[in-house]
Amino acid sequence: MRILVVEDDKDVAGFVVKGLKEAGHVVEHVANGRDGLFMAASEGFDAIVLDRMLPGGVDGLRLLETLRSQGNNTPVLFLSAMAQVDDRVRGLKAGGDDYMTKPFAFSELLARVEALARRGKSEGPTTKLAVGDLEMDLLSRGVRRAGQKIDLQPREFRLLEYLMRHAGQVVTRTMLLEGVWDYHFDPQTNVIDVHVSRLRQKVDKPFPDPLIHTVRNAGYMLRPEAP
Amino acid sequence: MTAAQTLPAPAASRPAWYRRLRRRFVPDRLFRSTGARFGVIYAVLFGISAVALAAFLWWSTAGLLDRQTTTAINSDAQALGERYTEGGPAALVDAIDQRLINNVDDDAIYLLVGPDFQRIAGNLERWPAQVTMDVDWAELSIDRAGIKGRARVRNFDLPGNFHLLIGRDVEARNHLQAMLAGALLWAAGIAVALGSVGAWAVRGLFRVTLADVSAIATAIGAGDLTRRVRVSGHGDEFDQLGETINDMLDRIARLMDGVRQVSNAIAHDLRTPITRARARLEDAAMHAASREDLEAAIERAQADLDGVVAVFQALLRIAEIEAGARRSAFAPVDLAPLLGDLAELYEAAAEARGQVLRPDLPAAMPLYGDRDMIQQAIANLLDNALKFSPDGGQIELSATATADGFRIVVADHGPGIPEEDRTRATERFYRGEQARSTPGSGLGLALVQAVATLHGGVLTLEDNAPGLRAVLRLPRGETATPG
Repeated sequence: MRILVVEDDKDVAGFVVKGLKEAGHVVEHVANGRDGLFMAASEGFDAIVLDRMLPGGVDGLRLLETLRSQGNNTPVLFLSAMAQVDDRVRGLKAGGDDYMTKPFAFSELLARVEALARRGKSEGPTTKLAVGDLEMDLLSRGVRRAGQKIDLQPREFRLLEYLMRHAGQVVTRTMLLEGVWDYHFDPQTNVIDVHVSRLRQKVDKPFPDPLIHTVRNAGYMLRPEAP
Repeated sequence: MTAAQTLPAPAASRPAWYRRLRRRFVPDRLFRSTGARFGVIYAVLFGISAVALAAFLWWSTAGLLDRQTTTAINSDAQALGERYTEGGPAALVDAIDQRLINNVDDDAIYLLVGPDFQRIAGNLERWPAQVTMDVDWAELSIDRAGIKGRARVRNFDLPGNFHLLIGRDVEARNHLQAMLAGALLWAAGIAVALGSVGAWAVRGLFRVTLADVSAIATAIGAGDLTRRVRVSGHGDEFDQLGETINDMLDRIARLMDGVRQVSNAIAHDLRTPITRARARLEDAAMHAASREDLEAAIERAQADLDGVVAVFQALLRIAEIEAGARRSAFAPVDLAPLLGDLAELYEAAAEARGQVLRPDLPAAMPLYGDRDMIQQAIANLLDNALKFSPDGGQIELSATATADGFRIVVADHGPGIPEEDRTRATERFYRGEQARSTPGSGLGLALVQAVATLHGGVLTLEDNAPGLRAVLRLPRGETATPG
């Protein structure tokens, strides 16, 4: 995927660009808001990683507001040292799709950027999700695997739905907390792991091949076969 | 000296004589002092009331006599006019003579003259020269049978070209007026003296009252945060001002204490993991035998740094909450589903540890507050309860409605907190004896406390015999509506 990184700190930018390239993406990097706005407006990207405080007179918020006012809906992830709740709210209000604060773990950034870029591509609302032999009917709220019905609690259903919508991508614990529970803090207890493990009991245990995989130092991934 | 020369002087636009006069008689400092201004205002008000009082006194004494004279002359004129119409000049002469005889006070003046201005009747020798035909009222000196005096007279024209002068001797009134004027002049002097003394006193009173506040402010500015404004106990405006200032100073002192505490704690509690991370990296750089060793060391150092970041974030979050900036995010929230969801989130984790979490919640708990903050506060309490509960331990999450809000209880059967430490447990970086061996930053309860305060609520820690019972009381808030 084509990703634009707008970040003025050389080390952080180098680290992000290198990591994204290693993950197989095509990456462009600019170091100030003016160039960033020009690039974002003139070329098509699947996602933009945007710093908030930028040199050159155009900061991240201005850049994004200008972009959105031109009808450009490229998914944007803010990467900022401004960590107050109000900063986050302001970033999302300006049209940001996600907000991460520095310092950050690269695995988290990668997972979120990929989720955003993928979402930008999805077309229309779907009624059915399928990964391997696992099927989910969003209307009747039924789940089957290999033709066998699986009973899920409402929260387990939403957790599985989130994993299936991001099938083949790494999903971090923070993403699950935000996407499934709508919580914006990190509990100290390993609550997410326990819920995923419960889901595994129902979705994976009775079948030969596991679908829910643990990705070390990152989170989880739902995919049909081990690569 | 250059400062004095470059002073932008608005007074420079005024005429030179004004500046000279002002400089001479009014020291600049005097007018810059509020006390002096109030003193002057007091003196001016005092002067205005004194003048008003004198004017009224004048009007009601000397003025009254004047008005009485006018009325008497007018009624005399009416009566005599009627006599003249009824009986002609002869009857009028009779009436005048009669009146002069009956005039006990000897203050009445009459003079009737014919067309040739020769006296026909009355007690004046001749028609006064200054009373011409176009004069109505006059005040003149008279000479009545050798007695000199002042009189106020009115001139009437009668049919047949007769002229009648009616008047009253006003010598007595003049005496009174002179006396009154003298008295008022004295009074004015006394008023000026009293006003100046009063103004001076008002200014002094101001000085004394403000001097204390000013001295305290100077001391505080110099860094002594323990000083407080003296409150006299009268409950007057100055007391109220003093109390407000003292409240403000108390809060500043508390905040300063907090800052000092936090910086000390940061020095201690963040140094440790940073030292650990640094030691690991340095050790690995010098001694790592294999690539695996190196990677393991880096990973553990990363974990240490993540811990540092988490502490930072928690600290900043607490500071953000305590600053009250989050109050803008207040909205109506129903706590019942919020607590239900949290219970569901933690129930699984508790079960995995062999613990039991049983929520007991009312159907609806409408409240006005910050949803995210309350969620995080309750999550912190549940984190603690799970962390310190033994295997098979019961964890309670319950809520009840109270008169003005809700009482939320999170209780466990862990080691609890000794009574003497309970008040300190909500301070930043406090970690109990039992907690030292467990992971955690010592910021969890501090955040709960900050959230409680933000909502005008209270966090109390009680003995659950055994264990800890955290009770969070939250008021419903201003515009809580059901639903």
